[in-house]
Amino acid sequence: MTTSLKRIIKSGWKSFFRNIGLSIASVFIMIMVIFMVSTLFLLGPVSDALISSVEKKVDVSVYFKENISEDEIMAVSAEINSISEVKEIEYVSKDQALETFIERHKDDPVIIESLAELGYNPFYDALNIRAWEASQYEQVASLLEAGVFQDLIHKVDYYQRKPIIDKVFAITAGINKIGLFFGLIFGIIAVLVAFNTVRIAINNSDEEISVMRLVGASNSFVRGPFVVQGIIVGVIAAIVTLILTFILCYGFDSRIGSLAPEISTYNIFLNNFFLLFLIQLATGIGLGIISSYIAIRKYLKI
Amino acid sequence: MISIQNLSKIYSSKYSPDPTVALNDISFEIEDKEFVSLVGKSGAGKTTLLKMILAEEKPSQGKVVFQGINVHDINRKHLPKLRQKIGVVFQDYKLFAFKTVCENVAYVMEVMGAKEEDINRDVPQILDLVGLKDKMCNFPRELSGGEKQRVAIARALIHRPDVILADEPTGNLDPYHTRGIIKLLLKIHGMGTTVVLATHDKNVINSLGKRVVTIDKGKIIRDEQKGRFIL
Repeated sequence: MTTSLKRIIKSGWKSFFRNIGLSIASVFIMIMVIFMVSTLFLLGPVSDALISSVEKKVDVSVYFKENISEDEIMAVSAEINSISEVKEIEYVSKDQALETFIERHKDDPVIIESLAELGYNPFYDALNIRAWEASQYEQVASLLEAGVFQDLIHKVDYYQRKPIIDKVFAITAGINKIGLFFGLIFGIIAVLVAFNTVRIAINNSDEEISVMRLVGASNSFVRGPFVVQGIIVGVIAAIVTLILTFILCYGFDSRIGSLAPEISTYNIFLNNFFLLFLIQLATGIGLGIISSYIAIRKYLKI
Repeated sequence: MISIQNLSKIYSSKYSPDPTVALNDISFEIEDKEFVSLVGKSGAGKTTLLKMILAEEKPSQGKVVFQGINVHDINRKHLPKLRQKIGVVFQDYKLFAFKTVCENVAYVMEVMGAKEEDINRDVPQILDLVGLKDKMCNFPRELSGGEKQRVAIARALIHRPDVILADEPTGNLDPYHTRGIIKLLLKIHGMGTTVVLATHDKNVINSLGKRVVTIDKGKIIRDEQKGRFIL
């Protein structure tokens, strides 16, 4: 058994190098397939980061009437915090709001002058409320407006923002749906391409396979070396793709960073390194084994 | 040793209304350690008969009994055991292109699970017998037709099979190499192996002076102990 296994591995290894042209072609195809699978895998964390960065920019602000004390606002804050849909609450006093406004517009003399002319702080004390999901903002807003704090609240700034929030919600759901759709399509294409490459490679050896059977080789002894070649192709392709993915993630890091500072493709690569390599290896080896196993089947019927 | 009993093979095609009769109810016996030549024109049914013995094809009717067992009753999983008792030489050599001469010959022993030291001892011996000891590390593409056929014979012989089936082994060779291959087959026969030689080479048959079974249009028309080529 061990002798047979040793001979099968040796034979597969030798065939890989003696058929180097075909082997390299198979490795290239397999690299493309694994790369496609890796991209789909990495798109998950990237789109998650993208979605959460957009979602972070969405909140509902509650503005309080002029004469409400900070203690009362804190009491309201504690009450709102107990609603399960609420993720976090940030208190911004009217002074803080003014400061932020001045800081943001310090280079715009018209705005600063207008503010000075006004003579008082036009801002309100506010609570910025963030929900877990975009779909929950409407619920939170209606709870606030219909709740016991109605007398304290000057305005709930939700309906002005509703179109943006709805849009974010639609984009989030859309990205997930599109991702799933393309994932499925690319997955099927990848498997078919890999399968056909291995099949063409094996078709080339159809006569040899028949002769192996006719000189008394068992099915496993005939199939073994082809499966070993499939594994070698898969492993080499996985390693090359890993290096390629690293180079691309590293290279894209600064470019994507300038567009969306929250997303670091390099960090995503590092954080998912082992899982990514495992997926790449499993895709390469799995496709290599399954394709050669199926492709060789019809020639073993002799 | 081999008993062919009422064997028929009819090929039918959906594109042709008339089925092709390759073998038509033939019966004969091949004894142990015998040298039998199967003679006939191209398309007479010689190759089909050899394929039936090797269980490469199923008969339409009749059976092939090898050492007491109907070869077509053997499960596909157990066919390797039958085939390991038979050595085959093909007209077009059918060597493994990406294996060296040595590896081509050793393959059959590896298939049978022979020990490494036995392979290392037997392969050079058999290549010496067929006169190719100095070509052990060459690939088939680096050999002449005659040399390729000698490698094929060495591969058929290496595991000491009970019978050798040689299908037109000299079909692609010049008279000089033809003589060499026939001498080799006689030598193997002299060592106690049954040989079944299918050919349409008149000179080869007439020089042998052995049993000749003549097949024409799928039927046996002559079976003589010291036969000649008559068609």
